[in-house]
Amino acid sequence: MTAPRDLSIGVDVGGTNTDAVVIDAAGTVLAHTKQATTEDVTGGIRAGIANVLAVLEEDRSRVSRVMLGTTHATNAIVARRNLDRVATIRLGAPAATEYPPLLGWPRDLADLVLAGSAMLGGGHMVDGTPITPLDRDGILRFLDGLQDVDAVAVTGIFSPSTPEQELEVADLVREHLGPDARVFLSHDIGPTGLLERENATVLNAALYSVARSVTEALVTVVAEEGLDATTFFAQNDGTLMSLDYAAQYPVLTIGSGPANSIRGAAYLSGADNAIVIDVGGTTSDLGVVVNGFPRESTLPREIGGVRTNFRMPDVLSLGVGGGTTVDPGSGAVGPGSVGYRISAEALLFGGATPTLTDAAALAGASVAGRTLPRQRPATETALRAGLERAHTLLEEAVERLSLGRADLPLVVVGGGGFLVPDDLPGAGPVVRPDHGDVANAVGAAISLAGGRADQLAPLEDREATIAQVSEAALAKAIQAGADPLEVVVVDVLETPVSYSDRPTVKVSVKAAGPLARLGERAEAR
Amino acid sequence: MVRAMPSPTTTAPAQDTVAAPDVAALAAGTAIFGTGGGGAVYTSQIVAEEALRANGPVPLVSVDDLGPEDLVILMSGIGAPTVGIEMLSSSGQIELLVREAEAAAGRPITTLMAAEIGGSNGVGPVGWASRLGLKLLDADGMGRAFPDAAMVAMNVAGVPCEFSVLSDVVGNVSVIKTVDLHWLERHARALTVASGSICLGVHYPMTAETARGAVVEGTVGAAIRVGHALLSSSDPVAAVADELGGSILLTGKITDLDRRTVGGFSRGSVTIAGTGADRGRLQRVEIQNENLVVLEDGEVLVSVPDNVTIIDAETGHAITTEMLRYGQRVSVLAWACDPIWRTPRGLELAGPRAFGYDLPYTPFGGADR
Repeated sequence: MTAPRDLSIGVDVGGTNTDAVVIDAAGTVLAHTKQATTEDVTGGIRAGIANVLAVLEEDRSRVSRVMLGTTHATNAIVARRNLDRVATIRLGAPAATEYPPLLGWPRDLADLVLAGSAMLGGGHMVDGTPITPLDRDGILRFLDGLQDVDAVAVTGIFSPSTPEQELEVADLVREHLGPDARVFLSHDIGPTGLLERENATVLNAALYSVARSVTEALVTVVAEEGLDATTFFAQNDGTLMSLDYAAQYPVLTIGSGPANSIRGAAYLSGADNAIVIDVGGTTSDLGVVVNGFPRESTLPREIGGVRTNFRMPDVLSLGVGGGTTVDPGSGAVGPGSVGYRISAEALLFGGATPTLTDAAALAGASVAGRTLPRQRPATETALRAGLERAHTLLEEAVERLSLGRADLPLVVVGGGGFLVPDDLPGAGPVVRPDHGDVANAVGAAISLAGGRADQLAPLEDREATIAQVSEAALAKAIQAGADPLEVVVVDVLETPVSYSDRPTVKVSVKAAGPLARLGERAEAR
Repeated sequence: MVRAMPSPTTTAPAQDTVAAPDVAALAAGTAIFGTGGGGAVYTSQIVAEEALRANGPVPLVSVDDLGPEDLVILMSGIGAPTVGIEMLSSSGQIELLVREAEAAAGRPITTLMAAEIGGSNGVGPVGWASRLGLKLLDADGMGRAFPDAAMVAMNVAGVPCEFSVLSDVVGNVSVIKTVDLHWLERHARALTVASGSICLGVHYPMTAETARGAVVEGTVGAAIRVGHALLSSSDPVAAVADELGGSILLTGKITDLDRRTVGGFSRGSVTIAGTGADRGRLQRVEIQNENLVVLEDGEVLVSVPDNVTIIDAETGHAITTEMLRYGQRVSVLAWACDPIWRTPRGLELAGPRAFGYDLPYTPFGGADR
């Protein structure tokens, strides 16, 4: 009789630390560790996984899945590191030619990434009418003129509603450059909003090698350890994708760090609906979990100075952290922080810089088992004012995210969690779960598989469209690893479109489900 | 030279050009003048900055600066915002418009004007004027943003729209001569739908003589000054109110948001509960794309055509109606409209009753302002 294969390893590769946890089918954390992130990524993942496997001993054979979340893609863009060179083709000219590709990008990033761009005939209007005929010859001429290019990004006007033409162009590029040519299509990446979707598609193409290095690192470590486990990547909306899918759509992993932290913290606290606050050394990051998923932002997001429109968790960052400085005269809070130097510079640790950690210690919080040395009365007054200000900022942020629901539990994680009082006005019960310091890795380990799709349609075809878009979202979720028998539509969003000859709606659907069980094929009934 | 400025507190000399570094301030200012509407300014801002960097500053002229050879025309986008973010304009569209407009007028166009200073339509004309080598009139047709093309100062003044030209992304151009603005709206709408729901247009050719008293003057310069005040002050909320000669009615947080989309327009109301010195007070702002009426204790504090913009209580930046969120810390900013809107004809077109509110109009800030 074989042992149950019911364990999952969650790994979170952050800029500073690589965390790993093992959880069982009941969601119990069996092992956890924090290791330094290494330059090659592999080292940190190797150390993290080796560490938790050592705790498991012979139970290591029970591990059947390894899930990874990472901010690696974001860091690569911000640091302009290891990015691929991308040729971008926009379909729809002469429409949109007033706004050339990569408009508004930071010059150094554009120079690094862009191998060439063309605005060519093609594209569709909102009702599906072709704007101009597809300029196949123009595409071939453009491809022939390219040098030093790693990937091609294709963005057609209204391709989210009419994706066929982008697919046709992908075939054309592969016919011309070879079957292994890397082609990325905008309708796979984002919704309507041409420039933002095109930006996201180009970034996605530029991140291919970076994403590949992380997926390969994970595969390497899993093989080294001799684990018989399936590997997954966590994405922005708190769902998982297969490694192949992650390598193809790395931009979808960009928000996975905060998404995992939010979901993991809520999960550890046992709440399906909650506000989560992660208090670090420099900032507090707040998010909301709605029915187990992170609430998403509807605003365009900038990543490394580039505006994009793909879905990201709605995260509010405040300059309130354990290392945030308090002005000894006025009691003003921040914006500076002593960050990781807190153990040398804060008053509590014998340093000379008053911080919010000192303010909390003065108010009676237990921090690292220390007590604050006696301070001048003026400094103590300033620290009290600083803590009060920090509480006000936290209260406002919580209230902003709660949308008026004062009963939502407030889940507090992170090293600076003592800054959040148990009786914060506007918040429900404050919960401080065990293992909150590795909530992001836990979040990765408990993710579902999901997919989304959207389309514009005439109002009278609304129901047929919802059915059709739901079908596409379900297919994408299954492609990402969801169990075909358990995947369900979790969100349908309709947005009306004005100024059309007939009323038009935009339908967006999200589907998600637990991962298909390993070694068992779903039986269609 | 004396010019009609909506900002009585300002003594700074009027600027005579708009250059690339002014665009950020212009964009922040036009967002304030958007009174909750006018659309997002980001895309117009970056493309206008590029144009000014490539072609140099645009001359900013007043109606008094115009000579007998000058011909002014309004240029603006028209159509569905949801389509406008996807099917953007072609680089040739504005040249086509001007060429056809010149043919229809029988003389050269020398000067562009914004149809509305509020939002992206206040920023776009700067870049277009730069690319076309034209002057920009320091004026617009509304002094704010309104949802209906008939709600323009020229209509109040009784200046007819001699012709309009629409061009679409493909290169189709239509010259429209209608008997009045309502027919123009109907025809322009039909053509816009045929063009894929988005067009660029020029309207209202005007000479110095017809423009005088029929446009809202000084608004481009005012928007730039408001933007500078907002971006450079340590107390941006007060600085913006001062620059406009307006008031902060309330500072507080959004406690209720009832908003829905009806016929492409966002409608509803937002409730703001006072905080700090305003604790205990409650205001409701009625919304139809723009902020229209402010109520407190059942009493109307401000109504259209006077201007109301909800701004971020810390940064002073305008928040458009679709970006309002529960819990936001905001200030309610109000200032007087251009006097042309307070005439009987102005109130008939854009007073509370024109928006379906059975309210008498009380001028905000008094007639002495």
